[in-house]
Order: sequence, then C-alpha cells, then structure tokens
Amino acid sequence: MSVIPGTPDPFAQDRGGPAQPLLTVAGLFKHFPVRKAGAGKQVVRAVDGVDFEVLKGETLGIVGESGCGKSTTAKLLMGLIERDAGTLLYDGQPVGARAMPWRAYRRQAQMVFQDSYASLNPRMTVEQSVAFGPRVNGVPGRQAVERARALLARVGLEPHRFAGRYPHEISGGQRQRVNIARALALEPRLVLLDEAVSALDKSVEAQVLNLLLDLKQEFGLTYVFISHDLNVVRFISDRVMVMYLGRVAEIGPSDTVLAAPEHPYTGALLASMPSLDPDARTEVAPLAGDPPNPINPPSGCRFHPRCRLAEPVCAASEPPLDPLGPGHSVACLARQPGSGHGLAPRERIAA
Amino acid sequence: MTQPVAASVALDGGVRTADLAAGQEPVFAPSRGFWGHVGHRLVRDPVAMAAGAVILLVILVAVLSPWITPMDPYKGSMLRRLRPLGDATYWLGSDELGRDMMSRLMLGARLSLFIGVTPVLIAFVIGSALGILAGYVGGWTNTILMRTIDVFFAFPSVLLAIALSGALGAGIFNSIVSLTCVFVPQIARVAESVTTGIRRRDYIDAAKLSGASALTIMRVQVLGNVIGPIFVYATSLISVSMILASGLSFLGLGVRPPEPEWGLMLNTLRTAIYVNPAVAALPGLCIFIVSISFNLFSDGLRNAMEVRQ
Amino acid sequence: MLLYVLKRLAYVTPVAFGVSVVCFLLVHLAPGDPLSAVLPADATQATIDEMRAAYGFDKPLPVQYLIWLWHVLQGDLGVSIATGRPVAGEVGRAVVNSLILASAATLIGFTFGTLFGFVAGYHRNSLADRAASALSVFGVSVPHYWLGMVMVIVFSATLGWLPPTGAGPDGSGNWRPDLDHLRYLILPAITMSVIPTGIIARTVRALVADILAQEFVEALRAKGLDEWGVFRHVVRNAAPTALAIMGLQLGYLLGGSILIETVFAWPGTGFLLNAAIFQRDLPLLQGSILVLAMFFVALNLLVDVMQTALDPRIERA
Repeated sequence: MSVIPGTPDPFAQDRGGPAQPLLTVAGLFKHFPVRKAGAGKQVVRAVDGVDFEVLKGETLGIVGESGCGKSTTAKLLMGLIERDAGTLLYDGQPVGARAMPWRAYRRQAQMVFQDSYASLNPRMTVEQSVAFGPRVNGVPGRQAVERARALLARVGLEPHRFAGRYPHEISGGQRQRVNIARALALEPRLVLLDEAVSALDKSVEAQVLNLLLDLKQEFGLTYVFISHDLNVVRFISDRVMVMYLGRVAEIGPSDTVLAAPEHPYTGALLASMPSLDPDARTEVAPLAGDPPNPINPPSGCRFHPRCRLAEPVCAASEPPLDPLGPGHSVACLARQPGSGHGLAPRERIAA
Repeated sequence: MTQPVAASVALDGGVRTADLAAGQEPVFAPSRGFWGHVGHRLVRDPVAMAAGAVILLVILVAVLSPWITPMDPYKGSMLRRLRPLGDATYWLGSDELGRDMMSRLMLGARLSLFIGVTPVLIAFVIGSALGILAGYVGGWTNTILMRTIDVFFAFPSVLLAIALSGALGAGIFNSIVSLTCVFVPQIARVAESVTTGIRRRDYIDAAKLSGASALTIMRVQVLGNVIGPIFVYATSLISVSMILASGLSFLGLGVRPPEPEWGLMLNTLRTAIYVNPAVAALPGLCIFIVSISFNLFSDGLRNAMEVRQ
Repeated sequence: MLLYVLKRLAYVTPVAFGVSVVCFLLVHLAPGDPLSAVLPADATQATIDEMRAAYGFDKPLPVQYLIWLWHVLQGDLGVSIATGRPVAGEVGRAVVNSLILASAATLIGFTFGTLFGFVAGYHRNSLADRAASALSVFGVSVPHYWLGMVMVIVFSATLGWLPPTGAGPDGSGNWRPDLDHLRYLILPAITMSVIPTGIIARTVRALVADILAQEFVEALRAKGLDEWGVFRHVVRNAAPTALAIMGLQLGYLLGGSILIETVFAWPGTGFLLNAAIFQRDLPLLQGSILVLAMFFVALNLLVDVMQTALDPRIERA
C-alpha cells in the first residue's frame, strides 16, 4: 500500500540492482563566504572535495569532531543547502537533473535532525507534523492522519495518548520517535540521521537505536548515520567514514576501521574515547587541542599539525584517498606507497 | 549486504516491549495548544478582561445603535441647542445644532470603530503577507521590499496619514486607504523580523524535505508560528488607528457632516467650549476610552502570549 | 567612527531618495488637475495650456520628477498656488515655530519622563512605579487633540489663566522668546509633551531596572560604593538610550504636530499643512511634507551617530 496515490513512484523501485550504490557522491564542495572586519572576504571550507558511496541496505556511519563538515554534508545530500560543486547519483540517476528532480529524490531520502525540539513545529500536534508530508504529496486528509497514527504506533507512541500532543508536552526521546515517524511517512529508501540520538540520555539513546535497527529491517531502509560518538557508530554501522576538516580521512568496514585504524586521526579519535575496558587502552596519544580553523586549513595534509606521524612531506603534499584493502581507503601519506613519508610502505611493483 | 528495498510499510507491526517504555513517561492533562494556553492566561488578567468588556460593550452599542438610540441622531432643534449634561430630555446634552448627544455618540461608535479598525485589519492581512514573504524568501525580494518599507518609516505616522489623506481628498474611503498605507509597512516589518527568526529552524527544513511548495510551507508551517506576535502588534495599532482616524475627521479629512463620528463631532463642538465645555469634550472622552481599552487589552494579550513553548 | 558615519550615510541616501519620490508622487495621487484650484472656472484652453506649461505639468512624469528634484536640491520648493509666494520661505517660517513648540514639548517630556522613569525603576512595583506605567499608557492612548481641547477648556475657558490659541499677543504669527509669548507656549507644549513623557518614562524605567539588576552593581555596592556612586553609574549607562529616544520623539512631534497646532492655532507646519490641504495648494503640501520628512530622516541619522558615539557598549562595526 503506497501512500502516494496515482501511478507508482518510479523511483521507489530498485533500478540498478543490489550492486549499484544507492547514493554516489563525487567531488562534493561547499564553501561558505564569511566577512571579517579587516580581512575582507574569506571562505569557510566546510566540505572540500568529498567522494563516497552509500550501498543499498547498509548503514554508513560518518564520524568526526564538530566542525569537520558532517552536518554540512548531510544538508548537501538533502539539497537543503546548495552545493558549490559535485555530483549526486541516486541509484544511478543524477539528482537535480530532469529525470530525477529534487522533489522526487526527497520522497526517497529523508532526514532526522539532531535537535528533536527544533525540528518539530511547536504550533502543530505530533500527528499533524507526521501527516504533513503525505498530505502535501496528495494523500487525502483522513488517510494521512490514519497513516500518521499507524506510524506513531510503530515507533512506540500510542496514538490515543500522543497524537494530539504538542512537541513541548513530550520528552526528548518521544520527540525523536516522532521525527523518525515523520521521516518514514513518505516511505523513503534512504534515511539520513544527523546526530539523531546525540542529545538523548544514554538509556533512551539505546531504545531509539534499537528502534532504528528494527525499522531498518522491517522497511528495508538504508541509513547514513552521522555522529561524533564512536561507540554508537560502532554499534549501528556496517561501514564508517571518518571526516576531518571537510575531507574524508578514512573509509571502510566498521570492524576494520574501528578495530585497526589506518589513519592516525582515526586512531587518535578512538584513543580519546572513554573505554570501560582497561585492556583496550591504546598507546596512541589522544587528540590535543581543537581542530584548526576551516577558513585557513593547514597546507598539505590537514591533520599534520596534530599528527603524531607528521613529517615534512605532510605539510607539502595533500594525501589522496587511496584504497588499502577491500573497501578500505585512507588519505594518509604514511600509508601511501612512494609518498616520500618515512613510514610509507614500499612501492608496489606494477603488475 | 543488500536487502529488498521499498517494501511497503507494514502498519500492523507489533509494538515491542522496549518501545512501550517510551510511552510510560508522565502524561499531562489534555493538550490545549498554544491559543488555548493564551486564552487561559488572558481570562486571569483582570485589567485585560475589563478592557475587553469595554470593547465588547462599545461594539455592541455600535452594532445595535440604529435601533436603540433614544432619539433621532440627525434631527436637531435650534431652540434646544447646547443643553448641558444631565438635561431632563437630553441626558448627555445636545450639540450645536440641538441634536441629542447620547444618540449621536452611540451611532458615532459605528463610524469611529469602522474607520479606526478597518485600516488595521486590511494592513494586518497585507502587511503579514508581505512580511512573511520577505522573511521567508529572503535575498533580493527581502532587500527590495524592506528598503521600500524603510522609505515609509521615514515619515512620522501622523504626517504620512495626513499627507496621503490630504492629497487624496476628504472622505471615509480615502481616510481608510491612507491609514492602511501607514500601517502596512509597520506590520510588514514586524512580520518580516519574526519570520526571519524562524525560517532557519529545522522544522522548516523538514517541511522542505517533504516536498511541500514554498507557498504551502509559508501557509502551514510558518504562518502558525508568526501570526501570534504579528496579531498582538496589530492589536496595539488599533488604538493609534482610532486616534488617527478620528483625528483625520477632526481635521475635516475623514467622515463628512452630518454623519456622527467622534472626531468630527469634537471638531464641530469646538465652538461650544465656552458655553458647554463638558458636552464639547464628550466625543473625545469616547475616543480615549476605546483607545485605552484597546491598548490595555493588547498589553494583556502580549503578556498572555509570553508562554514558554 | 568615521566609517560608521559613512555606512549610515550610504544607508540613508536611498531612503532619502525614496522619500523624495513619495513626496513628488503625492501631488499626482490627488484627484483632478492640480491647477483647478487656481484657474478661473471660465479659463480658456489656451490659458490652461499656458499654465500647465508654466508649472511643467505637460512633461512626462519622470522628467517632471527630475526637474523638481533639481530645483529642490537648489532649495527651490516651487511656488505656492494659493499665495504665489515661494514655498521654501513659507515652510521655513513655519518650521521655526513648529521646532520651538516641539522642542519645548520634548524638553518637558524628557524632564518628567526621566524623573518618573528613575523613580519607577528604583522602586519597582511600588505605587510610583504603577503611576508611571499608568502615565505611559495614558500618554499613548489619549487623543492629543482632545487633550488640547480639555486644556483649553480648563485653563483658558474656565480658569482664564492662559491664552487659548495663537503664538503671541500681537497675532503676528511668530513666536519670540519673551514672557508674553511664553504664556502662549505653555498649553500646547504641555499637551504635546504627554506622549514623550510616557514613552521616555517607560524606556528609562526599563533601563534603570535592568542596570540595577546587573551583578556588577552588586559588586560595586559590595566594594563600598555609596548610593550616589551607584546612581551616577546608572545615569551614565542609561543616558545614551534615553537621549536617543528623546531625539526620535522630537522628530515624531515635529511631524505629528498638525492636530495640536490646529487646536491651538499655532502658526507652525501643521497649521500650514492644514491650509495647504484645504486650499488644495499642492506645491505647498508637497514642500512642507518633504521638509518634515527629510528633517526626520536627518534627525534619525544624527541620533544614531550620537548614540553610537556616546555609548561605549555599542561596537562601531
């Protein structure tokens, strides 16, 4: 039972088969102009050349410190802000082109925001907020409300108690459930979760994470899960992408990346994470200081001023994102054969 | 790693026990919604309620006046001019043409309210629409609209009202047009600033993601959040508008004789201030009472709306 | 600071330009031919055409505007249709009288407004505080033209203490700074001061209450500063905003004085506007409004710059 009346949505069907990525992002750029007294016009390089794929049915975790461009990336993926450059392929179709307008794409891709309160209209009841999407897509009022109630029930909020409530009358965890129900109301295939559980208490967070896993199974969803919390990302993600100052530092299967990180930044992130297991402590020095200003990122590898492996070559040349193992890529000169870094592996013999 | 995609949503999916926990948090009394809370707080404000009662009474008199005036408000008598207050026949005295003041004041409530409230109503609709549009769309639309509005702010409102009405000529219609032009920029500026304040909220982004058009978002998502403050501001303008509208009539730019209107009556009675000052001042007292009631009611409404949301 | 002034100027210039367009268009809002008021009813077509050409009404609108603007920039506001005298001179005389009245009213308003505001801000929720807030509601709710009438009824018609109308005993139409003329100023100035008194009282009350609630005032007291010192501190911090409000009120009063000037037959711009409207003297109407609006714009600019210069807390970005 599709909520959208009339002809079935052509994009709801799978096109390219399971091997084709659901979302392919290439060369994504976003610079924000800033004006500072005496400095003239400058730009914040929020997202500065990002490529990755989201595979069908997976959960891709995106991690990094605040200001690394995670949230900007999310907004770019949803078209909430305009990208400066880059392409977005949804199941092989360029998004924004005639064959795949933003409107059609957004029926397939929805988002849950971090601030559960700010993302609900304070003047609308929970039920109205969830029913809004189907409604503007042509579902008659009654049906939209019924659907909203069914979804509220599905995310664990009994409709007869919660449907008529206003956002300020329910708890943060309940609000985030409403936001999840709203995101699902249009039957998307892809859901972006931007720090969706970060503001919740630990116990509530666990419940919502379990709910997300159940919903993913049930509706065959694909998740992009953005968070600064590595524990949560490890729990929910199939693959992990680590971002640093607007660029991808490392991407790969979460078992590999979070167990044996190749990029020193990933290692440092893991080390600075509180661990309950004393044996799990690593020898890697935790991160010191704040990330540099994205207005004037450091030359060469952006991480080199904070990196324990930094060598002169790191300040000179920017490391490309190179494949290391199956599905595992790293942007670090120390891991790149022939980069000139002392720790770099020997150059492979061309086959 | 792939799964069948775009499966239709199974709505009968059982609610799991873990999820039920979310529903077991404290449950409050039935929701009243924002306006319910405002109303609840407003009725507990004695000053605002008293002011509201006065306004209601005046509206009632205005509506019913053609049937309830004790005498014919248009029929004068040269023999009974300028009777004092408390006269046996004319309880509130008679005017310079010997017409019953009480009847004229009652009927005058109609025109005075009409020419005072109408401009604010029209300006509320136009100004909100312009301001919400400018605030939501932003960019050049905003710049052009708001700079144009700045030009109107360069005129003190009394001056602008009189300039427009003076150029257009006397008459009720022209007076309403002039006052509307005075209030549209003021309301639009408030509407713009409230809208700009919420246009970046996440729920607006979420609405965009649902595929709603800009117009739908403005109507459904924005309007409900900005209309309250704009409305309160508009109610605060009614008092000014009443004073200005009657002021225009007082100058001879609004309502024309022999229609009874408080400002016009005040003007024609100016000659009587040496003979019968109390009667001459009555129409102004009416304007004052209605004006202060609107102000107090508006203040009460604003306080009632400062609810933590 | 200079940069700030230039920025404000750059912002004000298009506004002033817009104001001139509005004033120019006012004449064209008017129904009928602007010349109909002066032409005799039996004027021949030739006479009408000649007059149209003389006043420039035969040219296209934008051209008329540019010609008008050119003249305005040289201080030429045209010629009054009713009197045949230059508008600039008439407006100039009237503005002086209006300015005297508005300044007197602002001064009264500022004095009493700050007084009430300080008392109310120092003793919040006291009787004085309630009186001050009642006064400010009264100030903005009372139809000032009616208040003027009541003043005349009480102080002239009944008590006979002060003259009801005019600017002086000789009826010359110009106010002079002597005791005789001062008596004529009192009633209109007090009537007019009611609005600024209320507004200034409300602002000052909020400012004073705010400053006193700040933590560093407690710290100052704890360090042994006496009440006089605290008071001086409050005054220093409240003054820029209070002065700015006062400046703006002067502008509002000058532009909004028409009703009160009519009640008191005060020979100012309001009176002139009234005459211009009823004689359908459009050049005079246009000229008076342009001068008043430009004065208001300039005053706003001045207040803005002064406030920024005085207030250490505002960043001059």
